[in-house]
Amino acid sequence: MTIADMVAVLNAKVLVGGDKLDTPVYTACCSDLMSDVLAFVDEKTVLITGLTNPHVVRTSEMLDLKCLVFARGKIPTDDILQSADDQGLVVLATKLTAFSACGVLYEMGLRGVPVPVQWDQEDK
Amino acid sequence: MEPMYTGSYQVAKDDYTSAGHASADIKRQLKQIGVSGDVLRRVAVASYEVELNLVIHSLGGELTLNVYPDCVQLVSSDVGPGIPDLNMAMKEGYSTASEMARSMGFGAGMGLPNMKRNADDFNIESTVGVGTTITMGFHLR
Repeated sequence: MTIADMVAVLNAKVLVGGDKLDTPVYTACCSDLMSDVLAFVDEKTVLITGLTNPHVVRTSEMLDLKCLVFARGKIPTDDILQSADDQGLVVLATKLTAFSACGVLYEMGLRGVPVPVQWDQEDK
Repeated sequence: MEPMYTGSYQVAKDDYTSAGHASADIKRQLKQIGVSGDVLRRVAVASYEVELNLVIHSLGGELTLNVYPDCVQLVSSDVGPGIPDLNMAMKEGYSTASEMARSMGFGAGMGLPNMKRNADDFNIESTVGVGTTITMGFHLR
């Protein structure tokens, strides 16, 4: 699917990067914890989040993410959107909660970023 | 050996507004020099983590980028307070971050382990009351 397909199923507003909607997307992750995103995301992927501070965009910049989706109708401030635009990100906003946004995207074929997770007892 | 390129950035305690600016600049400089792909991404992530650590935990410090023909080096050096238990600090999930750091989406206790994971060489030295120095190397070939 492409970011344009995401816009359609999320009924999303395109806040930034309207010229890149034909970018293909295969995976996504969802988190409000940028520490986890920085530690576990290895791909140029999509981040769905409810956090709207500048560090969401900076984290995306460090990881070369393709697209940010702000859930629950949250819209970041203009300076945050400007910095997202400067680095070529696509930023969407949806009225759906993060859970519902993930659900409809999964149904459309988007899958989670592979994250290696092991229980402690499996290490032994 | 003298580095081909050096850049230094002052990072202030609790300056959440500017946190990330040094790492964004480091990423830009490296891109211009011709560093790309996986190495660029690993340097960027480790740099951002260490810069955030300076903001969240230190009394202030300096982040230095050295580029050599075969390696990128990041050195973070702060003026305190030092880490009392390095073994605990290196453990995933262990965190002493403030509520402020957590509200920004950080402080999950992933910073130091994530730096170590991304760097090819990782060294940390810390003395309570003096400061912490972290040196990370990233091989270019």
